[in-house]
Amino acid sequence: MEKFTTLTSRAIPLDIANVDTDQIIPARFLKATDKKGFGDNVFRDWRYNKDGSENSEFSLNNTDYSGSILVAGDNFGCGSSREHAAWALVGYGFKVIVSSFFADIFKGNALNNGLLPVQVSPDFLSELLNTIKNNPDTKIIINLELQTISVGDKSETFDIDPYKKTCMINGYDDIDYLLSKKTEIEAFENANG
Amino acid sequence: MTNKKTLFDKVWDAHVVDSIENGPQILYIDKHLIHEVTSPQAFNELEARGIAVFRPNQIVATADHNTPTENQHLPIKDLQSKNQLEQLSTNCKKNNITLYELGHKYNGIVHVMAPELGFTQPGMTMVCGDSHTSTHGAFGTIAFGIGTSQVAQVFASQCLLLTKPKSLRVTVNGKLKNGVLPKDVILYIISKLGTNSGTGYFCEYAGDVFENMTMEGRMTVCNMSIEMGARGGMIAPDQTTFNYVKGREYAPKGEAFDKKVDYWKTLPTDEGAIFDKEYTFDAEDIEPMITYGTNPGMGIKISENIPNSKDASFVKSLEYMNFEAGESLINKQINYVFIGSCTNSRIEDFRVAAKYIEGKQKADNVTAWLVPGSKQVEIQIIDEGLKDIFDAAGFELRQPGCSACLAMNDDKIPQGEYCVSTSNRNFEGRQGQGSRTILASPLVAAATAIAGKIVDLTENIETLEFA
Ligand code: SF4
Repeated sequence: MEKFTTLTSRAIPLDIANVDTDQIIPARFLKATDKKGFGDNVFRDWRYNKDGSENSEFSLNNTDYSGSILVAGDNFGCGSSREHAAWALVGYGFKVIVSSFFADIFKGNALNNGLLPVQVSPDFLSELLNTIKNNPDTKIIINLELQTISVGDKSETFDIDPYKKTCMINGYDDIDYLLSKKTEIEAFENANG
Repeated sequence: MTNKKTLFDKVWDAHVVDSIENGPQILYIDKHLIHEVTSPQAFNELEARGIAVFRPNQIVATADHNTPTENQHLPIKDLQSKNQLEQLSTNCKKNNITLYELGHKYNGIVHVMAPELGFTQPGMTMVCGDSHTSTHGAFGTIAFGIGTSQVAQVFASQCLLLTKPKSLRVTVNGKLKNGVLPKDVILYIISKLGTNSGTGYFCEYAGDVFENMTMEGRMTVCNMSIEMGARGGMIAPDQTTFNYVKGREYAPKGEAFDKKVDYWKTLPTDEGAIFDKEYTFDAEDIEPMITYGTNPGMGIKISENIPNSKDASFVKSLEYMNFEAGESLINKQINYVFIGSCTNSRIEDFRVAAKYIEGKQKADNVTAWLVPGSKQVEIQIIDEGLKDIFDAAGFELRQPGCSACLAMNDDKIPQGEYCVSTSNRNFEGRQGQGSRTILASPLVAAATAIAGKIVDLTENIETLEFA
């Protein structure tokens, strides 16, 4: 997993609430058996029209916007547990998703792939969305160590599990940790036979 | 501090291996279910790190998401699907994992076959790379969906690193009206609470409505816990649960079973235990439900009109469905009906449908797919003579699998068409690109197929025969 400390980037707005994992990556693209290539199909049915042409109204296709931060509406990532959603977002180039609320499983999947979910207040979110829409060049700064997200002179702190924070900063994952606990796990099994 | 514990606390606490200071806990996982779509990358991960599967005996695999529901004996045409299924077989063989592959007498949707085999038991912790793992909570089991990285973690260590969720209890007391099924109960609850009310919580369903439900009904309810954001749902184990588990393939036998039952009886929530959040509903207020929008929280009683809202996502949702705020769905023409998915594909669901359908004819405009949740359910349908009823009425009984619930195989609802579906998600394009899903109970689905349009079941609900 890649290490994450700070990020300064422009952002792409996705002003839609309840973005579910079926929208992030539709089921028909889940037949692959590795983690690569999902980025090409992220938000597939919103990015492309029925005839296969690009939907120019969708923000990812709007050349005014760019960057590795996605600023999305409330309740992002609800629905299916497919980690393919996180792989697709990472594959497209996102490193941070900002929303006012994340679904549980998605949040865990994101963190396990070095994709940082940043939960902000609804007010901060709407201000962020407005700022980006009015000025797509706006830079957003994320500092994981300090747990802050800043834009212009506005800033907010965000929560993250301290253990997960350490993992993100150092690029560790849970398997490494769990393997180091094998003795305790076996002792538990013996005790609970 | 009170020492009174909830069902959830009891099961969780019994599985904590260790706690990280200021961090998550290591939770031991008793049973791990896997399927073809979310496991290959986890097997790859283990192989890349040179780690063996730690406890292969605690894993059971099935092929369900990406399988055809016709001609299962023939080679699979779609090459990518074929490859995915072959990888599952290879991975299971290599790692000594029991696999009920396509065509096996125990093959089926992971959340239908595991309880059927007695793999699911009260007091356990269970996971699967699938969000509807919450289904197994019907047995008083902590069961929840995980991502593929976590599948790899469980492969490697039979454990997960988790922060204990908060507790939520939904109590429904009273007597359900005739024609109101478990599916209506859960659609009603989600319509009241919304799709993210449960996020961060594990939910217990309590009250006589759930106590009086069959295991099939309890599974339908727990299945959709995830649709209100909850990681899982649970119902206290009782005699109904024990009777269901007893004698099944993986269930403990004889004295061992009795000893287990003694333990299972200690699991229900202590009187006076405190939940972080509580909701109470009245059974009498629930009616047959349908959804009108693109998330499972957008549900109404079948006789109600679509509400009005200026909210942007509400407007977008109705636009997608091509419905108007304020209108009724009664008499809307429907060309597709799907009875299936891990929510409603158990024998009881098909009995309800068959009872309603018997002696009637499917409307000409309707394509009606019946997809059993497992090979065992399929055989029961045939043995009980339900297939004859379905055939005579023009319904199509297909072979088991997830099918049109997520439309990964060929069972897709065409662009723009409405489907009254007993599945659990009405997201945009869930049942096929551009498809429009209306969630409902097997009874409402059967009635829709007969009428060719949505009908108001409540008009003659008292005399309705379906069970
Ligand atoms: S039936 Fe549908 S919801 Fe259930 S496991 Fe299969 S795809 Fe998931």
